[in-house]
Amino acid sequence: MADPILSVRGLKTQFFGPEGVVRAVDGVDFDVFEGRTLGVVGESGCGKSVTARSVLGIVDRPGKVVGGSMKLRRANGEVVDLGTLTNEQMRKYRGPEIALVFQEPMASFSQHYTIGNQIGEGIKLHMGLDDRAAKKRAIELLDMVGVPQPARRVDDYPFQLSGGLRQRVMIAMALSCDPRVLIADEPTTALDVTTQAQILDLLRTLQKDRGLAIILITHDMGVIAEMAHDVSVMYLGRAVETGSVKEIFETPKHPYTRALLRSIPTVLAKPRTRLPTIAGSIPHPFDRPKGCSYHPRCAEIIGAVCEKAEPPAVDTDDGRQVRCFLHGGMEEAKAGLQGASA
Amino acid sequence: MIAFMTRRLLLGVMTIWLISILSFIIIQLPPGDFVDAYIAQLSSSGSQVSAAEAENLRQLYGLGEPFYVQYGKWLARIVTGDFGESMEWRRPVTEVIGDRIWLTLLLSFAALLVTWGLALPIGIFSAVRQYSFADYAFTLVGFIGIAVPNFLLALVIMYFAFVWFGASVGGLFSAEMALAPWSAAKVWDLIKHLPLPALILALGGTAQLIRIMRANLLDELRRPYVVTARAKGLSEARAIIKYPVRAALNPFASNIAYLFPYLVSGSIIVSIVLGLPTVGPLLVKALVAQDMFLAGTIVLLLGVMTVVGTFISDLVLMWVDPRIRHQMD
Repeated sequence: MADPILSVRGLKTQFFGPEGVVRAVDGVDFDVFEGRTLGVVGESGCGKSVTARSVLGIVDRPGKVVGGSMKLRRANGEVVDLGTLTNEQMRKYRGPEIALVFQEPMASFSQHYTIGNQIGEGIKLHMGLDDRAAKKRAIELLDMVGVPQPARRVDDYPFQLSGGLRQRVMIAMALSCDPRVLIADEPTTALDVTTQAQILDLLRTLQKDRGLAIILITHDMGVIAEMAHDVSVMYLGRAVETGSVKEIFETPKHPYTRALLRSIPTVLAKPRTRLPTIAGSIPHPFDRPKGCSYHPRCAEIIGAVCEKAEPPAVDTDDGRQVRCFLHGGMEEAKAGLQGASA
Repeated sequence: MIAFMTRRLLLGVMTIWLISILSFIIIQLPPGDFVDAYIAQLSSSGSQVSAAEAENLRQLYGLGEPFYVQYGKWLARIVTGDFGESMEWRRPVTEVIGDRIWLTLLLSFAALLVTWGLALPIGIFSAVRQYSFADYAFTLVGFIGIAVPNFLLALVIMYFAFVWFGASVGGLFSAEMALAPWSAAKVWDLIKHLPLPALILALGGTAQLIRIMRANLLDELRRPYVVTARAKGLSEARAIIKYPVRAALNPFASNIAYLFPYLVSGSIIVSIVLGLPTVGPLLVKALVAQDMFLAGTIVLLLGVMTVVGTFISDLVLMWVDPRIRHQMD
């Protein structure tokens, strides 16, 4: 496989609130490749969205990227660590290199400007086009994402569009400066199922045409199965399992991944049986469990180890990465624990 | 949109009509009819009114006839610009009010500009740098501004302006210009006198508007569209001013409608302290003296100005917020 466009290692983002520090993202690794989709999946609050924002350097205060590297390979082959850039330097990467599609197309547009204005803004800024040329390009983009009558729609306000159209416009806006990495943060959550399928189709087509690298953030395993090539399962700010979509779905290794997959409703299930759920709930961010952060909810807990030691990321034989003592790291952990108690 | 505005305009006319009835009721409120009061007042100052003269007056105002006839006659005269006679000043009401109404409007407008000019940047700053030292400082000043009565502020400012700059503060004109006919020199004199009273009148409203702007903007700053703007690579300043600030502007527009009545009825004491030739002090005097035609006319004018202000406010809101513009169709 070619070199990744974006390679993130040990990313840590923390929020420094008055009540303490929240480790929203706590050591995340992933690679994104040209023309491939990385699915990032996990429950609400596991740090998916913060990861996306960290990459773009737009984490809201009091949040801050405190560690790790985010290496972006630019079109000319130059490799830049986004984490080392100042906000001012980072600005020229937002849009032309990495763009974001948001969860709520209604709230993510300003209601005070036409969609043409909001699409054209980035074009004018990054491509140096004038008003007329920017509008022309905005119309082309709207056409590309399948907005009917783009020349008329370009002067509409977001509140005049349907939810599906708004998300298409959002995608047009994200693609306005020809980014190479597209981060889609729950792009279909707010949409009905039919529209959802259309939007996912659109993303796939665009990816094929342009070789886009897509990071697809979702909590919907169905969307992952349909869209992703690679999957990273996140729990409490960490990637607990990373691998190809086939491997993850067919032979999930981490107990959390297995539990997530079990809790997908299926039409093959026996009627009147309860849908399996994951026991317990996500711990409060200030009350992160010691040891493996999943251990209080884990069905396969290894007592005395999981409660005390944090499982390291282990590369398995089939090229996956798993953070679980069931799959390695036990010896080192035990030695460490004995060393600490001795 | 045209239909909406026409409807708004018609409603405004209706409201003005209701206000006129109310004003007339106010004129009628004191016991005895107007001519009785007029005669009583004249005789107290030594002059006499003949019975024939009194009868003429009664005829003119339709006294003794049913309420609606009296109201009709009054309204008919108003439409021709005759607002009746001020008993206290013994001159037509229009003459007594005279320039005051325009000076009040001018002062309102000046105060509005000062309010916006101060509240907008300070409100934005306070929200963007929430909990910074400057935010706390502005918050403190803002609360003082809300808590301290305007007239007290006026006195303090007058005192320091006099002690430090030897400036005679008060009024809208220099002594020698106050009664002079309008001329370029008088206008210049007015412009020189305008800023201080405008500032004093604006301060209370400014403090409030800063708080409103800060609160609104704090809400808007957390909205996803701000993240969208940042994700496009906009500079922080541009992202904030173009999007959340624009969205937080609505209260500035709706503020227009209330400023004028506030300036007349809410700031009477300031006007008296500063010796401003506005309508406010006149209204107080008219009410104290039961000079009912003058009082009724001022109430009517205030009502009309408020209705007009609301209409302007609507227009500005439509201009600021496309959602309002499109809801109308």
